[in-house]
Amino acid sequence: MDATATVGPVTPVGPTLRSERAQARRETLALLFRKPGFLIGVVILAMWAVFAVLGESIAPYDPFNDFARRHVPPGPEHLFGTDRLGRDVLSRVIVGARDVLLVAPLAAILGVVAGSLLGLIMGYYRGFIDDAISRVVEAFLSLPVILVALLTLVVLGSSTLVVVLVVGILFTPIVARTVRSAVLSERQLDYVTAAKLRGESGLYIITREIFPNVLGPIVVELTVRFGYAIFTIATLSFLGVGIQPPSPDWGLTVSDEYTNMISGKWWPTLFPALAIASCVVAVNLIADALQSLTGE
Amino acid sequence: MSALPNVEIEPTPPVPSKAAALKVEDLHLAYVVRGIPRPVLRGVSFEVKPGESYGLVGESGCGKSTTAYAAVRYLPRNARITKGRILVAGDDIVKKSGDELRTFRTRHASMVYQDPGSALNPSTKVGPQVVEAFTILGQDQKRARDSALAALQRVQIADPERVMGRYPHQLSGGMQQRVVIAMALASDPQLLVLDEPTTGLDATVEASVLDLVRALIAETSSAVLLIAHNLGVIRTMCDRVGVMYAGKIVEEGPAAQVFERPQHPYTVGLLRALPRHGVTKSERPLATIPGTLPQIGTPLPTCVFVDRCPLATDLCRDVDPPIVDVGNGQWTRCHHWDRIGEIKEPAPGLGQAAIEQGDMALQLDNVSKTFRSGGHDVPALVGVDLQLFDGETLGLVGESGSGKSTLAKTILGIEGPDVGSHITLEDHELGSLAAKRPSGDKRQIQMVFQNPDSALNRGKSVRSILGRSVSKLTGLSGKAVDDRVDKLADSLRLTQRHLDLKPRQLSGGLKQRVAIARAFAGDPRIVVADEPTSALDVSVQAAILNVLSELQAESRTSYLLISHDLGVVRYLADRIAVMYLGRVQEVGDSETIFRGPNHPYTEALLSAVPNIDGEVRTRIRLDGEVPSPANPPSGCVFHTRCPRVIKGLCEVTEPPLAEVEPGHLMKCHIPLEELRRLQAQRKELVVEEQSVGPVEEV
Repeated sequence: MDATATVGPVTPVGPTLRSERAQARRETLALLFRKPGFLIGVVILAMWAVFAVLGESIAPYDPFNDFARRHVPPGPEHLFGTDRLGRDVLSRVIVGARDVLLVAPLAAILGVVAGSLLGLIMGYYRGFIDDAISRVVEAFLSLPVILVALLTLVVLGSSTLVVVLVVGILFTPIVARTVRSAVLSERQLDYVTAAKLRGESGLYIITREIFPNVLGPIVVELTVRFGYAIFTIATLSFLGVGIQPPSPDWGLTVSDEYTNMISGKWWPTLFPALAIASCVVAVNLIADALQSLTGE
Repeated sequence: MSALPNVEIEPTPPVPSKAAALKVEDLHLAYVVRGIPRPVLRGVSFEVKPGESYGLVGESGCGKSTTAYAAVRYLPRNARITKGRILVAGDDIVKKSGDELRTFRTRHASMVYQDPGSALNPSTKVGPQVVEAFTILGQDQKRARDSALAALQRVQIADPERVMGRYPHQLSGGMQQRVVIAMALASDPQLLVLDEPTTGLDATVEASVLDLVRALIAETSSAVLLIAHNLGVIRTMCDRVGVMYAGKIVEEGPAAQVFERPQHPYTVGLLRALPRHGVTKSERPLATIPGTLPQIGTPLPTCVFVDRCPLATDLCRDVDPPIVDVGNGQWTRCHHWDRIGEIKEPAPGLGQAAIEQGDMALQLDNVSKTFRSGGHDVPALVGVDLQLFDGETLGLVGESGSGKSTLAKTILGIEGPDVGSHITLEDHELGSLAAKRPSGDKRQIQMVFQNPDSALNRGKSVRSILGRSVSKLTGLSGKAVDDRVDKLADSLRLTQRHLDLKPRQLSGGLKQRVAIARAFAGDPRIVVADEPTSALDVSVQAAILNVLSELQAESRTSYLLISHDLGVVRYLADRIAVMYLGRVQEVGDSETIFRGPNHPYTEALLSAVPNIDGEVRTRIRLDGEVPSPANPPSGCVFHTRCPRVIKGLCEVTEPPLAEVEPGHLMKCHIPLEELRRLQAQRKELVVEEQSVGPVEEV
């Protein structure tokens, strides 16, 4: 055997690098599903998604036009009781998932897309652009979301499109700030310098070099904003400027029924309120799990 | 598994007579990652006697830091000690409860960490922090304060009252580390663990901190466990040394003996991979250790080093290597230790021939760079004149803050120089910023960064990283790009499989190869390498240095090499420029610089390097701190720290950068012959000391 120390060797790679990577990914996924919070969140959200899609076909009664006795308490006939017009609360809660699960994600996506765009530009260019946009962002951040949304919706009139736009735009500065700080730490890395040294344009560096690496925080931000959107939209509906009747939307129902709680008719209010809470909690459980994973 | 019986010769290394202050017995430790325990220590045994200093060396991932933290049982949550005992003064700390551990750490063990900046509380003055180290021992405020003053004096802080009134960030790194050491010694611990105590410090500061620690070790009866990746530090500080590999100690013995007569193939490889004894690229390539460290958690049935060992035989795969006592307290864990002599050094013929000086590639005239900070001008570069010739390597050395990196950035066009600076590439002047330079110029000057993790986009495959650079720098497209990428990969010895991977799936050395390939994508004239190997392990560093010198020989590219490691500079550089406070103090051939006579600053820098060959030298201590560039000293900027300062001259006039002998420029008032005489005197002193005492410098 020749015992000469080799010169400048080809460092061999284990034959399993690729499968190792796949395995690491599998392990990560397995870890995610082993987090009870994540599992609970996914199950709850999936349930509401199924309800939203199937809606009337699985609801025990017609949520709109099936008028029975008013304010029947929860019982075998009506599991969640009936509301002030005698409609089945369970059926309305099931179908009520539809509006919020359509509007909230759209608003969250709008806010995250617009916010990410701004954040990428601010974080990468710094200097004057950053200063200018930052001041506007800060001004927006100082406004109470609900109040501004309320005023805008009153002025513009309420429609699903306007609700999505208003909530989305109000989320934009918050997202922009988060993404900006992620970009700031990326742009200090030497690969950005290397890209500049070979003459890449700012647009290329932002979209092709930096963006893929800040996708993690953006996805987390998306889930967090989704949770807030559910809450915000329910609040707006409660205040009467969000989703409009005759939709069985949860916030709207709470708004219509809460005065009856004084006379002991708690069920038409409690069940939609619980539905809102379960959605927000579920989304936040998922967001937390994702965040702890990208943080590792 | 083989049918051969697995002879279990578990370590009972030669037992020293005195009772051990720290005794680690067959320690097995695993980290639980993604729910699966991954073994990191696989039966570590060693002991340290009171008053003895024991060093652990090895490359990153070998488990040396884990061992250090285990010795004070300060481990991350996911660490599990699966087997073994850790005895401090006879007490098993593995069995201790939370409260007992706290008392143990207060009274019996201390640790000094790598980064003193984060070991001190930034929002509290130094005084209360040091005092607290004594009040926790039960002293009242007044006594604790007196003790704190004494402790700071003990670590050679000249003005302890003043230092106690400062916040940590107002102290230099060396001063902070002294404070941390003073606190660690407060309880007069039985065990002192030092984890890379000087790694973040500059050479001259490192030297003085090491001197201090050595003096303290000599006067206390503490057992000292020192972790360092720098073999020179271990050699100068430790009585005994253990060489770790993949969670096992593979060789142990008296430090001088292990470094001079290593008996394990890994130790041999580690020592030969270092650029030592003034070896240069023109003599021979550096020896490397083939392969990579096994991944954490992979099962290693027998010898942990078997896959990379030049002596490995079937026996090594089938039977656990025995512990072989080779005498004088040295042992090795190897079947074939008697064949150690068969491991050959790389043949000298394979080195790169010296490159004769060619045409001028880059010329710097009066290059200055001033930053504005808090309303003040901070000059980072002042009137730098330098030339870089075709196919040569110019080494740039100097302590942090000397302006090396700023100079590199200015040449690359990352920072624009001040008005009046001229950077000429071949025949034309370069634009100040890279963005304004024509693509031809960008192609000519590229960079290799210090940290490949930061330099390579983690989201992209190696192929796309290289492909983009090729198409952007050369203007090629389609098939031609792929061909060029293949050719680049070939010359850096990257395989097709590597090209499809992402950076994080590659080892540190492979990542740096990718980064080098990218710099060479457009066949550049000049490559700036900023500490290209300082993030890498010794054996990987050797391979990268070999690759860099091969590429240079093939393409006649000029390198501007920035490094704090003088061994690396000596190996790769043809000429060397020494910088201090943004000014070039000395330029000359590598040989001239290392032979001397030198500028007094260079002399101090050269003498500060902890030496792995155990060669005695008197260290020149630089007093005071590096002055602030915002407010540089008058006259010669080095006069405030210069041991050879001429009063009345140096603080008044700045000497010019004058050619003192052909090709050797220096900025000093003292004539060359005088420097030669003074520096020869110093070396004689060393020889006398050597002939009197043993090879231990104190």
